[in-house]
Amino acid sequence: MKELRNSVCIVGVDESDELGTLPHKSMLTLHLEAVRNAVRDAGLKISDVDGIFTAGQHSPATIGEALGITPRYVDGTTVGGCSFIIMVGHALVALHHGLCDVAVVCHGESGRSGVGVTPRRDTALPGQYEAPFGFGGASTLFGMITTRHMHEHGTTLEQWAQVAVSTRQWAALNPKAKNREPITIADVLNSRPVCYPFNLLNICLVTDAGGAVVLTRADRAKDCAKKPVYVRGAGEATEHVMLTQMKSLTFSEATRMSGAKAFTMAGVTHKDFNHLMFYDAFTSGPPIMLESLGFCKPGEGVHFFDDGKSTPGGSLPINTNGGGLSYTHSGMYGIFPIIEAARQLRGECGPRQVPNCKVSLVNGMGGMLSAAGTLVLSSEK
Amino acid sequence: MELERPLPQPITPEAKPYWEGLREQKLMLPRCRACRRAFFYPRVICPHCHAADIEWFQSSGRGRLYSFEIGYQSFNKAFKVKPPFVLAMVELDEGPRMMSNLIGIEPDPKKIRCDMPVEVVFEKQTDEITLPFFRPAGGTR
Repeated sequence: MKELRNSVCIVGVDESDELGTLPHKSMLTLHLEAVRNAVRDAGLKISDVDGIFTAGQHSPATIGEALGITPRYVDGTTVGGCSFIIMVGHALVALHHGLCDVAVVCHGESGRSGVGVTPRRDTALPGQYEAPFGFGGASTLFGMITTRHMHEHGTTLEQWAQVAVSTRQWAALNPKAKNREPITIADVLNSRPVCYPFNLLNICLVTDAGGAVVLTRADRAKDCAKKPVYVRGAGEATEHVMLTQMKSLTFSEATRMSGAKAFTMAGVTHKDFNHLMFYDAFTSGPPIMLESLGFCKPGEGVHFFDDGKSTPGGSLPINTNGGGLSYTHSGMYGIFPIIEAARQLRGECGPRQVPNCKVSLVNGMGGMLSAAGTLVLSSEK
Repeated sequence: MELERPLPQPITPEAKPYWEGLREQKLMLPRCRACRRAFFYPRVICPHCHAADIEWFQSSGRGRLYSFEIGYQSFNKAFKVKPPFVLAMVELDEGPRMMSNLIGIEPDPKKIRCDMPVEVVFEKQTDEITLPFFRPAGGTR
């Protein structure tokens, strides 16, 4: 695994031209805008791309065709919103072995407006075992994890709310974030109850957005337009899909495994990170991911959000783009924390820049902590 | 009569004994003949030991409320039960967990607690489909 460490770099990142509520743009348009922008960010041309990695409704073949290229390496692994994080690891292996030279990991989703989207059909398992009882959508499932965590560890609604407050402080500094007004714990607790234990401000946005990440081998990265960001380590795992099959509702085995693999490849420990990016579909997500990755004991993840540690100026900034909670969340959010980590490591984040950001963690879930991907990214070799 | 809930379509062949059992007011579970462990949802390979020798037995219908949520709105256009309603994950005494609704209790997070004992109740939806719900089980166990 160690030969993969730093062998590949992120050389281009960007979102679609716009993020938010975009009824005038199809899912395909958002996707293509993101690819074009990220390739341009790298100082490359679309014709340089020979590897396409995408998840969700678009197959990599659709994106290759729409871009007018003939990729020689494709990957459509779809295991939920973290698929793009996992695909950086897949691209790492493909690039390292010369199976492609310029890889694009890309995403586009008309999650809010539903333009050019095929309605998702229910599948046999949730149709038989969940839907008859009123389950539908992520909040009716992730809430189970969250209620059980409160029972086992005594975590409180106020502690979850603090995650939303911290994340909103970062969103205030990101001009691309959808919701930038400061909020308080009381605002979260008094927002509309959706599905106990979640009120509206515990739950991510639903937006239209695209995002893309361009990677190439380290030797070639030096010739690209921006400072390369090294992929030091990558890991993935899947545990379940149906939530009843998760071994412990409050500890994600997939997250633990993905982190252990990424940390080993990278040769880092928990103390080496300056900056953490988590997939925050719900406020309870990042604390449980911190626990599952071994940053702290089970039940203690919420303390990373105490005393301003995670906020602007804090000792360990978390979700500095404003997260799925306040910046954007198209449905499969996983591409966006990678984009933010790369920008932080390049030092181009302006008022929200984390000082001396050298090693960044990206960790995301697919489904309800069903799948997980972890990346260790670094500004130096 | 208008249906209040989205009902399974299709019922998959490997799950037929489960749905047939519910029609007779029985909670039937699959169990592995090799390792003797029950599991749920039904499938043709044991998720514990990976053997492919499956039998069915009748569950006690008793267990504990592993976790819960309270729905304050409908999350599915076909689900017309008036909110608030309690979404439940139940861990049966035989081991497997299943999703359901907790009924017979006020949908108030102060009154519902994880690990409270629950028992199955059956509610016929159509001639074909009966659903298993759970209610608080009296006393201590």
